[in-house]
Amino acid sequence: MTLPIELVGVTKCYGEHVAVRDVSFALEAGKTVALVGHNGAGKSTLIKLMLGVTRPSAGAVRVLGIDPVSSGPTLRRRLGFLPENVAFHPASTGREALDFFARLKGEPIGANMALLERVGLAAAADRRIGAYSKGMRQRLGLAQALIGSPDILFLDEPTTGLDPALRRRFYEILGQLRNRGVTVLLSSHALSELQGNADRVLVLNAGALIADGSLSALRNLARLPVRISVCAAHGTPDFGPEWREIEEGRATRICEPGEKLAVLKTLLPRLDPADALEIDEPSLDDLYAHFLGAEVEQ
Amino acid sequence: MNAILTMAAKEIREASRNRWVLATTLLLAGLALSLSFLGSAPTGTVGVGSLEVTVVSLASLSIFLLPLIALLLGFDAIVGETERGTMMLLLTYPLSREQLLLGKFLGHAAILCFATVLGYGLAGIVVGLTATEATPEAIQAFATMIGSSVLLGCAFLALGYLVSALVRDRGAAAGAAVAIWLVFVLLYDMAVLGALVADQGRVLSRAAVSAMLLLNPTDAYRLLNLTSFPSVSRLAGMAGVSAQVSLPPWALLATLMAWIAGPLLLTITLFSRRDR
Repeated sequence: MTLPIELVGVTKCYGEHVAVRDVSFALEAGKTVALVGHNGAGKSTLIKLMLGVTRPSAGAVRVLGIDPVSSGPTLRRRLGFLPENVAFHPASTGREALDFFARLKGEPIGANMALLERVGLAAAADRRIGAYSKGMRQRLGLAQALIGSPDILFLDEPTTGLDPALRRRFYEILGQLRNRGVTVLLSSHALSELQGNADRVLVLNAGALIADGSLSALRNLARLPVRISVCAAHGTPDFGPEWREIEEGRATRICEPGEKLAVLKTLLPRLDPADALEIDEPSLDDLYAHFLGAEVEQ
Repeated sequence: MNAILTMAAKEIREASRNRWVLATTLLLAGLALSLSFLGSAPTGTVGVGSLEVTVVSLASLSIFLLPLIALLLGFDAIVGETERGTMMLLLTYPLSREQLLLGKFLGHAAILCFATVLGYGLAGIVVGLTATEATPEAIQAFATMIGSSVLLGCAFLALGYLVSALVRDRGAAAGAAVAIWLVFVLLYDMAVLGALVADQGRVLSRAAVSAMLLLNPTDAYRLLNLTSFPSVSRLAGMAGVSAQVSLPPWALLATLMAWIAGPLLLTITLFSRRDR
């Protein structure tokens, strides 16, 4: 079976600037994969390369086993794309815009109303896009990407500008697509919202792939420390030299993820029932900072 | 083919939605009607003149106005979509870049054609109905004027597309479009005239002058309309010119066609090679 997407040693230069540097990966069918990185890390360029809008300077891109640049219309009919900051002609209505894109894709326009319903735009179908909110435009963009039930979906920063409720609705739709076996590649610069939504994360930095794996694999790879804090009900806690008193009656200790349980075992018998205990696991934002933090400081 | 027509239909719908079509048609019809009524004012009367007079005045108007309208329509075609972010999405759809541009061009050309035929045609019908006599030759001259006006518009539409494919931002495209209008509509003829006066017929042969006039679509249009029909050229004061410049109507039509096809093909080539 052909892989949905395969990149081998792909480099893309724009003049002097290297946007993508020797990137190789293969995606399996039916998985949701996230491309994570700062703005300008090369996420959009990678998506453009996979869509065949731009050619690689070196290396090879295969989408469903075909070179997307020379593929012609057959391959493109099987792909869906939601660009970053999707734009439509403001004077058209949502329905007209979808009808136009469905015709271009050679799909029946009769299915469009169901698509609009799916993204929650049925009531606004005949309103001008100029009067749509940012979230509505983004959802129309998603409906556009879903025309003709594509095998692979490319979503470039799909949740930027969406409020939390819409974000959740968006990931619900994505979950339904995953259940149907659609391969989804989405780019994001927020790892935290990918928890439970992405099977695999590719971390890009300055055009190079610096980490690749599931979120838990990335966590293990990063070996970020766990912070344990105790807030004593009476008096000053004194558990040993590793503990640091950060304020009156409150002590903290930083430990490796592997020694967390051992530390807790020795700590628990010495605690008073009235004491408060907090365990801070590294957040996904910490993980993000771990992989990409150096770039920010530079 | 289907993709081209879909693109064209979208252009037409968007242009009619933002009143481009209506505004252009009304402008052309209004100017055409007022020119046909005032066209004979120099002869001392205000009223509808003959069809031939209308052809002369409308052809002169078209040379200024149609290139401007067409350039305004064309300069935004590629660079505007790129800046608004709508181009990227279109490029991922199952249509080739050639189809994309041809479809857009077809749509824009249809808008120009609609506005010109309706606007000028209306004036033609009014004049034809009220004028004392409309000879078959005059009707033919009028039809030629409308048809060649559409071609003139399309030539400048193609030039607008070329500008749109060459520059990086809309502002530069607008500037370049105005420059093209100035050169082809005003400066070129002044330069040719200057050269002829300075030369006094010593070096420049008749063929050279003809060739110079073919290098500008507005000159081809002017010659086609003002010298092809004797009854018109007498009115236009071009009888002498038509004897001097030996260019048959088919050559002038071919010139206009070439001015459409050339820039359009160049635009398509540039756009298809573009790597983004």
